[in-house]
Amino acid sequence: MHGETVLRVRDLSVQFDSIDGTVHAVNNVSFDLKRGETLGIVGESGSGKSVSMMSLVRLIAEPPGKITSGSAMFITSDGEVDLLSLSRRQLSRLRGDRIGFIFQDPMSSLNPLMSVGAQIAESVRKHTQLQRAAAKTRAIELLEHVGIPGAKQRYDNYPHQFSGGMRQRVMIAIAISCNPDILIADEPTTALDVTVQAQIADLTNRLCKELSISVIWISHDLGVVAGLADQLMVMYGGTVVEYGEVEQVYAHPRHPYTIGLLGALPKLSKTEERLVNIAGAPPSLFSPPTQCPFADRCPWVFERCESERPALYDVGGEGRAGVVRSDDATDGRGSSDGWVDSHLTACFYDLERNRRRDADEPVAVRPGALAHEEQG
Amino acid sequence: MQRYLFSRLIQSALLMVGVLVITFFMVRLTGDPARVMTPRDASPERVEAMREAMGFNDPLIIQFTRYMGGAARGNFGQSLHYRAPAMSLVMQRVPATIELTLAAMGFALFFAIPLGVFGGSRPGSIWDTLARGFGLLGQTVPNFWLALMLIVVFAVDLGWFPSFGRSGPMSIVLPAVALGFFPLGQFVRLVRSATLEVRGEDYIRTAYSKGIEERAVLGRHVFRNVSITLVSIVGVQFGYMLGGSIYIESIFSWPGIGRMINEAVQARDFPLVQAIAVFSAGFVVVLNLLTDVAYALIDPRIRYED
Repeated sequence: MHGETVLRVRDLSVQFDSIDGTVHAVNNVSFDLKRGETLGIVGESGSGKSVSMMSLVRLIAEPPGKITSGSAMFITSDGEVDLLSLSRRQLSRLRGDRIGFIFQDPMSSLNPLMSVGAQIAESVRKHTQLQRAAAKTRAIELLEHVGIPGAKQRYDNYPHQFSGGMRQRVMIAIAISCNPDILIADEPTTALDVTVQAQIADLTNRLCKELSISVIWISHDLGVVAGLADQLMVMYGGTVVEYGEVEQVYAHPRHPYTIGLLGALPKLSKTEERLVNIAGAPPSLFSPPTQCPFADRCPWVFERCESERPALYDVGGEGRAGVVRSDDATDGRGSSDGWVDSHLTACFYDLERNRRRDADEPVAVRPGALAHEEQG
Repeated sequence: MQRYLFSRLIQSALLMVGVLVITFFMVRLTGDPARVMTPRDASPERVEAMREAMGFNDPLIIQFTRYMGGAARGNFGQSLHYRAPAMSLVMQRVPATIELTLAAMGFALFFAIPLGVFGGSRPGSIWDTLARGFGLLGQTVPNFWLALMLIVVFAVDLGWFPSFGRSGPMSIVLPAVALGFFPLGQFVRLVRSATLEVRGEDYIRTAYSKGIEERAVLGRHVFRNVSITLVSIVGVQFGYMLGGSIYIESIFSWPGIGRMINEAVQARDFPLVQAIAVFSAGFVVVLNLLTDVAYALIDPRIRYED
């Protein structure tokens, strides 16, 4: 079972209509999720990481939201189905059953007027044939499973009687109640204390490995993701800018944004007075995606970056440089199972540098950028 | 829970004492009570006789003790007009008024809840347009005008319902609609805005993420949270309806408390007015208490506080 792709998303775009114009929230996002693996998605607020994942199962407000292109093949032993083509009724049968969710703020994610047990049992009863009593037994079992002491007594407790970490455990219990294929965790540790963060991350990781659930872990905490993810996807301005195995991306970041992000991590070995940041501000998502979203902040920007949006190129090895990785252009070398073994980045500079490495031809860049490159 | 209810109960009792004090002084602050209670052209002897009969010559503290002592036993003196104990007269009228208020409330809630919930959950839809329309109409159409129009159309022209009196189930329809139309508008607006707010809450997204379908999300998750807001306004509206029923009961000759207030004031029947005031205040206090109980039943955060 391991190693098979369970979710193959291609060319997903989401827009929101607003009074000020159309927001291009997600642009042509593609990725693969393998069974039993964890895909980490990092990016700053507004980079489209949550919206892209929530739109897969129509958990965004429509209108104003609208999925304008793409496909999301959900592949199980029962066959393949495109999530984006399903009706709301069909989708609601998958949600909570095959696809579980944990959200950011455990304080507001549970209905304050329903006992936590009833909220777990509600999901169980929706997707199984279990009767009331059996669903309750199952819910208590799940509460025990996520490490809530005295689960039997706690079943009838209400959310306000639980701490944030405990509520997030309840959310995990709901998410895994039907042994889903995929768990979408939308910044599940962001609102928690650091010590509790680690507990919740470990618990989620352990349970998902046990039940071989594939996880999409959305975060803006590079540290948390480093410990959990197998694959890493970096998003910026509604697009994927880098994608690859997590060790690969952390050790050899190829996109200027990822390089900036990792460079901005405070180091324990150095006692810097100021935290390093990436100069500039995130791009406006009102303008249609016609240039590299990072162009305005990139130290290595050159003409092409401002006239064309870079696609994802394989930068995995010397020989593979420059191969555009989309399904119709795998160049005969990529495995049919997608991109999981690749290290991809959407950057013209990196591409040019690779191409010209042999020719010893420099790429024309903005003055002053070379000093930066030496650091990187 | 017990502590919560106990403290509310104590508050209600104190409130009732306050009401009694106010109704006692109400009579004495509006001028010479004996003059108020007698016809304008009454002879000085007759006024003096009234003053003596009502005990207004005694020191204030004696009068007050007598009044409070009587109130404790439910005795508010004799009605001047009916020559019968004032409170028992009020009690005879209570069933008719409660019947009408409940019917009006039922009418208002029956239409307001679905309109508000569907309108609020789909802003811009036909339901929403209807909800906002009824919200506006309910707030702007005066109920006495509506009562007259209902009589003209449904009683006189169409002859579907009787135009006055309390005789059989058909006779309550028109007064209930006339009385319930204002709260209907208010409830629709409130339920709609509360639904709009609640449907954006994180726990509603959680419910959808569990695969719960919209109908069940609205019923089980959205409406239950909306009802907290609704319960508070329903309690208040019940109280207002008692006041509003003065016109409506008079127009439809409905033999309830509202019409009795009208008659008692015109007949300068002060003991009766006093009894009605105390009863109405007591009714509102009890409603508030019930509202608090309802809160606790709906919201576990109140039930388990302290």
